[in-house]
Amino acid sequence: MIASDLDKSGAPSLAGDLPAGALSTLASASARPRLLRWRQRNLILGGSLIALIVLTALLAPLIAPMGPQDTDYTARLASPGPEHLFGTDNLGRDIFSRVVFGAQIDLQVGILSVLLPFCIGVALGCLSGYYGGRVDSLVMRVTDVIQAFPFLILIIAIVAVLGTGLTSIYIAVALVAWVSYARLIRGEILVARNQEYVEAARSLGASDAQVIGRHLLPNVITSALVYATTDIVLYIVLVTSLSYLGLAARPPSPEWGAMITEGRTYMATAWWISLFPGLAVVLTGIAFSIFGDGLADALRVRRR
Amino acid sequence: MNRGQFIVRRLVQMIPVLFGVTLVVFGLLQLIPGDPAAAMLGMQARPESLAALRTELGLDRPLWEQYLRYLGNIVRFDLGDSLKFKVPVSALLGERLEVTLVLIVYATLLMIALSLPLGIISALRKDGLFDQISRFVLMVTMVMPAFWVGIIFLTYFSLKLQLFPVSGYGDSWREHLHHLFLPALTIALSLTPLIVRALRTSILEAMSSDYVRTARAKGLREQAVIMTHVLRNALIPALTLLGLSVGYLLGGTVIVENVFSLPGAGKLLVDAITARDYPLVQSTTLIFAALVILVNLLTDLIYTFLDPRVNL
Repeated sequence: MIASDLDKSGAPSLAGDLPAGALSTLASASARPRLLRWRQRNLILGGSLIALIVLTALLAPLIAPMGPQDTDYTARLASPGPEHLFGTDNLGRDIFSRVVFGAQIDLQVGILSVLLPFCIGVALGCLSGYYGGRVDSLVMRVTDVIQAFPFLILIIAIVAVLGTGLTSIYIAVALVAWVSYARLIRGEILVARNQEYVEAARSLGASDAQVIGRHLLPNVITSALVYATTDIVLYIVLVTSLSYLGLAARPPSPEWGAMITEGRTYMATAWWISLFPGLAVVLTGIAFSIFGDGLADALRVRRR
Repeated sequence: MNRGQFIVRRLVQMIPVLFGVTLVVFGLLQLIPGDPAAAMLGMQARPESLAALRTELGLDRPLWEQYLRYLGNIVRFDLGDSLKFKVPVSALLGERLEVTLVLIVYATLLMIALSLPLGIISALRKDGLFDQISRFVLMVTMVMPAFWVGIIFLTYFSLKLQLFPVSGYGDSWREHLHHLFLPALTIALSLTPLIVRALRTSILEAMSSDYVRTARAKGLREQAVIMTHVLRNALIPALTLLGLSVGYLLGGTVIVENVFSLPGAGKLLVDAITARDYPLVQSTTLIFAALVILVNLLTDLIYTFLDPRVNL
């Protein structure tokens, strides 16, 4: 209670004078037990769901009863049951096994896609916000231009010219998605750079690199981290959509989007082929969303 | 500054962005690994036809000359001919854009119809049962891939229950509304969660503000407080978000037009990619960006009418 009140009313003046860590120590001294329980609930729930999905991906060969491409012609289009938990497709492939193996691809794409734009965006945002002037206007004009394009459409266009595949997606996302991180970090640096602790560090003789790396970055990076968690969901949905358009993973890959696409012609009769990989996307998305909410609460970041 | 000056300044600010956008679209062709002409015509293309295409697209010219020529064509609204359809791109896009525009307006209206009641009830009964259920359901709809939702809708409402047509756009307005209902709903569902969240937050903020306390203190009925004081102020941030979401909406049309086989610009983009008709890919992308810039401009203008506090 106390901390959340501080966030709304007292935070600007209080947090303005103190580095981020100090405020949380102040607030939690009196209200720790109740706060921690509430904050940790989302973090723990989301975190354990993510851990479960990551484990499933890592242990896929042990968990899945069949290989992702193994066909059983005696059990084609079998409905979900004890024999085949999620049923089988038209080739007799076990949907449960394919969904489990698919987790390897979709998680990898979701997490790897976020790394490059995060690093590029944070670096450029720091330079832009700290130095201002020409660097700043150049970076901001570029972000204006990229944000004039619908995100999905620019990604599709870049992947189309680079050629189908996951590598193209990583490149396209890196070229496009860094802008939101750059804007976010720049905004935070603009606020933080005039504060007393930065001045103090400078007057003690810290170099620009030290001021940015040791003093500014730890204070501003939390919002970008929260942003990144929600972006992972976005990229997983993105790769499934690109697979649907034939630009990412192609059948027979067990990538969830490719599986949904393959099963769509059987939707009316064998709904399980497309339903379960879709539910896998939803479950993974919920896991990262809940975790992101928990992280935002714990780090006191205001959600976008 | 008056409104006229504001509009002029806003238009001047657009110029570098427009330049940048053409540069990015032009650069797309340079991203093609290897020879663009070979990429377009395929492996078996004869050397003569490759050379002819290179000359036609001006690929044998220096880069800066190619860009200037491209820019010159765009200024004259000449987007060239489609390699696949053999007709001027502008004619092709013109007829396709209608479908896409009707689709996004429709989706926006459905989204408002869904978001307003959800956001208002959630905020008024904060943390109540309805709020919690609605927040969970919206968290789910936000992470559902649109094409998956579209496929499910298509199967159950069009194929099984036969309530809606399976594909196409129809001929009259009545038919358009009928044909486009499921596609528009699919797009609306993916964006509604963001709007509801923004609306809920801004209503809660407005309700704890001084002017609402004053309104209550002077004995105004709760309903009147909500309608005239809370909502009027709380709708503005949600409206801004709506304007900013146009890029997201347009992205959604690409997916949904392909699921529901609608002859829109998004379908054209994917068809162009499949046919490796890169000039058409460029032009479609350019038009989509132009739409976003236009809508953002309109949003800014509407904003100045809605909120007198806005500093021009």
